[in-house]
Amino acid sequence: MELDKIEEKDLKMGIANQVVFSETMQQLAETDKDIIAVTSDSRGSGKLVPFAQKYPNQIVEVGIAEQNLVGVAAGLASAGKKAFAVSPACFLSARALEQIKNDVCYSDNPVTLVGISSGISYGALGTTHHSLHDYAALRAINNITIVAPADNFETEQAVKLAAKHNKPVYMRFGKKAMPFLDETNSDFEFGKGRIVRNGGDLAIIACGETVYPAWLAAKKLEDEHGIKTTVVSMHTIKPLDVKLLENLAENGRPIITVEEHMVYGGLGEACASHLMQNGYKNSFKIMGIPDEYTVTGSQVEIFNYYGISRDGIYKTGKKLLKI
Amino acid sequence: MTNKELKLKSVFLRKSLLKYIYNAKAGHTGGSLSCVDTLNVLYNRVLNVDPNDFKNPNRDRYIQSKGHCVEALFVTLADRGFFPMSDLETLCQHKSHYIGHPTKKVNGVEQNTGALGHGLPICVGEAISAKLDGKTHRVYTLLGDGELPEGSNWEAFLAAAHYKLDNLYAILDYNKQQITGDNSEVMNTDSVSEKLQSFGWAVKEVDGHNLEELEAALNSGPLEAGKPNFIIAHTVKGKGVSYMERNLKWHHGVPTPEQYELALSELNEAEALI
Repeated sequence: MELDKIEEKDLKMGIANQVVFSETMQQLAETDKDIIAVTSDSRGSGKLVPFAQKYPNQIVEVGIAEQNLVGVAAGLASAGKKAFAVSPACFLSARALEQIKNDVCYSDNPVTLVGISSGISYGALGTTHHSLHDYAALRAINNITIVAPADNFETEQAVKLAAKHNKPVYMRFGKKAMPFLDETNSDFEFGKGRIVRNGGDLAIIACGETVYPAWLAAKKLEDEHGIKTTVVSMHTIKPLDVKLLENLAENGRPIITVEEHMVYGGLGEACASHLMQNGYKNSFKIMGIPDEYTVTGSQVEIFNYYGISRDGIYKTGKKLLKI
Repeated sequence: MTNKELKLKSVFLRKSLLKYIYNAKAGHTGGSLSCVDTLNVLYNRVLNVDPNDFKNPNRDRYIQSKGHCVEALFVTLADRGFFPMSDLETLCQHKSHYIGHPTKKVNGVEQNTGALGHGLPICVGEAISAKLDGKTHRVYTLLGDGELPEGSNWEAFLAAAHYKLDNLYAILDYNKQQITGDNSEVMNTDSVSEKLQSFGWAVKEVDGHNLEELEAALNSGPLEAGKPNFIIAHTVKGKGVSYMERNLKWHHGVPTPEQYELALSELNEAEALI
């Protein structure tokens, strides 16, 4: 079953996180002339056309030149601007990696790096346009917060927090409309995972657009087998909420991590590393994109192929629970 | 400060940077000697910066893109009062902030540089910000000729002209040599003036060891309204020490005790002639 065709009456559907990003930028710019979007011919895919029309003096276009995008953003931030460097995640986190490392992180210039159409959002455009390396690459750099919001609420909060964080932040968004995962849970801060479903039999830790299928898998496990699952939106991959992680591991339940990223160096390995070094022996499975030439297709087709789907996560849950 | 005192300062800065390279047994000797006159003029005649109020938002910015020639920057900053010269006795030592490239841990340093092709894009951001805010301070960077092939420089050349950043000054320390050999052999950068003009920059060529010429070019206001400024400072790698001049061995060579004494005696002679 295709992810985007599942209709889930328990969840209210929202819009694409990228659109929420743009709307939040407009909200912020209304009262803060220091908010600056820096774009690399990316205002269309970043949904920033309305922002550019409304605040023409608060957008700096550098053309298709990602190294300059990040360097210029670092200079703007150094001069006191709240610079958001907006570019497809694939180019931003690879082409401009040295500028991120040196000009933003090492020089401590508080740029917010916004990776749009992240992960495999560009689907059939292929590997050049996928960012399955960004968590791994950026986790290995000092002085950066890495955020992958799951829903519209988290996106709005993350953008607002980044604007006043005064430290380097990388955040990434996808193109698909996302449902609101838990309208009752209004706590959001960087480095603090958000529990969007509760249950003691199993834990699923996911981030970004994979929290939604994790939630659906948890519901299916409950509906069909009475399995109660805690689902966490671990929106901040770094710094990791290790306290929450330890709380989840404490009762010995199996743990699954899910991410729109290669299985190396991302959320899953960050969790595994912490748990292993602190003596936890829970059964554990990292779900993500394997180290191979990624299968072709749309985002949903690729997700389904690698089991990053309601049914794929459901099956993995059953396997770990031996049911 | 008189012109004569400024000239004497150039010799003093040369002696100082050699001393700390000699002590640390490390440093970029040839390039520091080629750019130190530019730094002397910038910090003593051009830049509006205050060692006791370095973070003043209206200060002029200087970001050294050729970060490896940090010894020239450190001695100039120390002489200008940003920190005690004696701090440089810890150059390149364990836990010292005075490392082999500029870092913001040192008072007076704007950005952490060292990887090449990074200074100019940051300056473009600084210069755009100043324009947006209607501020009149200027933004300066020093580029090495060896870093010109970095693509990020050319991205920034385009952007600076596009945004008409006449508050931006890029100075090229054009000694025409890099670690492997002459620029023309490694990667040809001939006709750099024409290249920059065609990118929409106003270009001025000066003798990079002539302090008056440097000052006139760096202090005269925009060369052309609406265009970023590109100052080509023709320099000599290793300038001031006869056996180091144009000799690639001294790109990051460290003098022996005898060579160090010889260099000092040559600089003392030069000093006496000023």
